[in-house]
Amino acid sequence: MSEEKDFTIENYLQYLREKKFMGSKCKDCGEIYVPVRKICTKCNSVNMEWVTMSGKGKLAAFTSITVGTPFFVAKGYDRNNPYCFSVIHLDEGPMVSAQLVGVEESKPEQIEIGTPLEVTFLETEIKGDTRVDLGFKPA
Amino acid sequence: MSDSKNNPPIINSNQQANKSSNISYFKLKFEDIIIIKQNFVIVEMGKLARKVALVGAGMSTFGRHFPAKRNPDLWIDAWLDAVKKTDKGIEPKDVDACYVGNFSSDLFNHQGHLGPQMANLVGLTPKPAARFEGACASSGIALRQAILAIASGIHDVIAVCGCECMTEQPTVNVTDALATASDNIFEYPAGATFPGLYGTLASAHFKKYGTTPEDLMRIGIKNHNNGAENPFAQMQETIKHMMESKMAKYEKQGRGVPEWHDEFDFLKSSSNPIIAYPLRLFDCSLITDGAACLFLAAEDVAKNYTEEPIWIAGTGQGSAALSLHDRETLTSFIATKEASRQAYEMAGVGPQDIQVCEIHDCFTIAELVALEDLGFYEPGKAAEAIANGETALDGSLPINTSGGLKSKGHPVGATGAAQAVEIFKQMRGIAERNRQVKFNVNTAMTHNLGGSGGTCVVTIYQKEV
Ligand SMILES: [Zn+2]
Repeated sequence: MSEEKDFTIENYLQYLREKKFMGSKCKDCGEIYVPVRKICTKCNSVNMEWVTMSGKGKLAAFTSITVGTPFFVAKGYDRNNPYCFSVIHLDEGPMVSAQLVGVEESKPEQIEIGTPLEVTFLETEIKGDTRVDLGFKPA
Repeated sequence: MSDSKNNPPIINSNQQANKSSNISYFKLKFEDIIIIKQNFVIVEMGKLARKVALVGAGMSTFGRHFPAKRNPDLWIDAWLDAVKKTDKGIEPKDVDACYVGNFSSDLFNHQGHLGPQMANLVGLTPKPAARFEGACASSGIALRQAILAIASGIHDVIAVCGCECMTEQPTVNVTDALATASDNIFEYPAGATFPGLYGTLASAHFKKYGTTPEDLMRIGIKNHNNGAENPFAQMQETIKHMMESKMAKYEKQGRGVPEWHDEFDFLKSSSNPIIAYPLRLFDCSLITDGAACLFLAAEDVAKNYTEEPIWIAGTGQGSAALSLHDRETLTSFIATKEASRQAYEMAGVGPQDIQVCEIHDCFTIAELVALEDLGFYEPGKAAEAIANGETALDGSLPINTSGGLKSKGHPVGATGAAQAVEIFKQMRGIAERNRQVKFNVNTAMTHNLGGSGGTCVVTIYQKEV
C-alpha cells in the first residue's frame, strides 16, 4: 500500500469529515491506534496501515458538564441542558474521547459505565460550513 | 540517603540510563500495588552529586489580587517573605540564578519571557534566569531543575519563583486558558473542560471502587478546616462556617432557612451546584493570584543561611499521555507513580516514612487518587482512611495542612513552590495559627500534578539526612 495516506492528524480529521472513523494498525505487531499514529509506540515500527474502525465499544468513563467550553456553549448547552464528555473503550482495543449522545445528560446517575456504544457523526453548522465531530450513542 | 557520602558522586552513567529494566519496578514495600505496563523503560535513579538544601521559603498572600497586584508585585512579596524566613538572611549577591515556574502568563497577562523580568525585580540581573512550564506543575519543575543545577555543581544558590496572576481575565478566558493544558485536538472538541476531565476520572474511580460523592466532600471539608488556619490562604473559612453564614443570611432576609444539619446536607444542596458530574463547585480548586519563593543552596554553603537546613532527600518527575484516552488506566496517574518511585528510591524511604504531605488537590478526586498513587493507601482504600480522619491535621498522615489548592488557592504556576513553603513551615514548626502538626516532622513530601496528570513532580524533604 505505497499510496497510503500519511498518518497525520489532518488526514484522520479529513476521514472524520467524510464520516469515516479510521485508525492506524501496526503491520508488525497488530496494535491499533485511534486517533491515528505514525509510530507504533508498542514495537517502535513505522510500518502502519489505515484501518476502518467498527465504531463499536463500551463506555469507559464519562461526565456531564454544566459549564462547558465556548464551542459547546455556542451549541446551546448550559446548566439546564448539560452535555456528556466521555471516554470510550473500543472493541478493537484503544480508547477515544467523544461526546456521548442519546442519553439523559441531566440524569447522569442513570448512565452506566460499560454500556455498549456505537459511533455517530455529529454535525454542527458554523458560518455555512458543516463541522463533523466524533460522537457515540448507546448501541 | 544516610550513606550518600560513601557513594560515588554520579552513578547514573550512560549504561545505566535507558536500561530496559528487568529490575523489579519497585523495590519498595508497596510493590504489590504498583501495576506498570511491562514494556515501559525504567530509568534507574542516580543520587544527587552533592546535597541540596531548602534554606528559606515564603509566599505572597493568595487571593484575587488583580489589578492591585500583578505577577511582579506578587513575586516581590514572596521574595521578601522568603528573605525574612531565611535565618541568617540572604542577599541578591548570594543568588546565582533565578528559575521561574509559570504556566500561562502569555494567555493570562499577555506577557511571556518572565525569567529576566522576575530576576531583575529582585536585583539578580545579569544572572541566568528562565521560565519552566508544565501546566500546574510548572514551579514543581522549576524547583526540581534548581535542585539538579545545584547538585551538578554549576550553581551554589538558586531562587525559585512560582507565580500566576489569573484574575486579570474573566472566568471564561481563565477556563479556556487552563484548557490548553489538556489535549486540544481530540479532547477539547469532544467538550472536555478541566473539571470535566477530573469528573471523568472520578466516574471511573467510583465505578471501580465504589467511591461516593461523600468521600470527596470529606476532602473539601478537611482542606477548608486547614485553610481557615492559614493567613496566606484565599478562603480562610470552614465549609461549616460558610453553611452557617448562609443560613443566618436567609433567616435575616426572611427567606426559608434550609434544613442543613451538617456540611454534607449543605454540599448536596443547590448551593453547591454540579460543575462536571460527579464533581460539584466545592470539589474544584480556586482561581487565584499568588507567588511563592524558595531559596535552595548547596551543602557547601547551606550553613551560611541557616543552622537548620531542610535537605532535598529525593526528587522525581514523571509524564503521561496528554489525553486520558491514551492512558492505560483511568483510576490512577502513571506520572505520579513514576515521580514518586524516583523520589522514594533516591531518598531511600517509602510511603510509610512520610509524615506530612502537600498533595495537588486541584479537584477533590485528585487528592483521593494521589493518596493511592503515592503508595499511602492501596487502590480503593483511601476513602476509608479519609473517613477515619487519618489525613486530618490531627491524624496519622496530615494531608494539605495549608488548606490545599481547594482552600489556600491555586495560582497554577505558583502552586508547586507554595507547597514547599508549607512543608518548610511544618518542618520548622512555624506554621501559623492552629495548623502546626503536633509532632516533629523529619520527613515530608510535596506532590505537584500538571494538567489532567500529564506531568507530576514529587519531592521528599528531610531534616536529617
Ligand atoms: Zn507495533
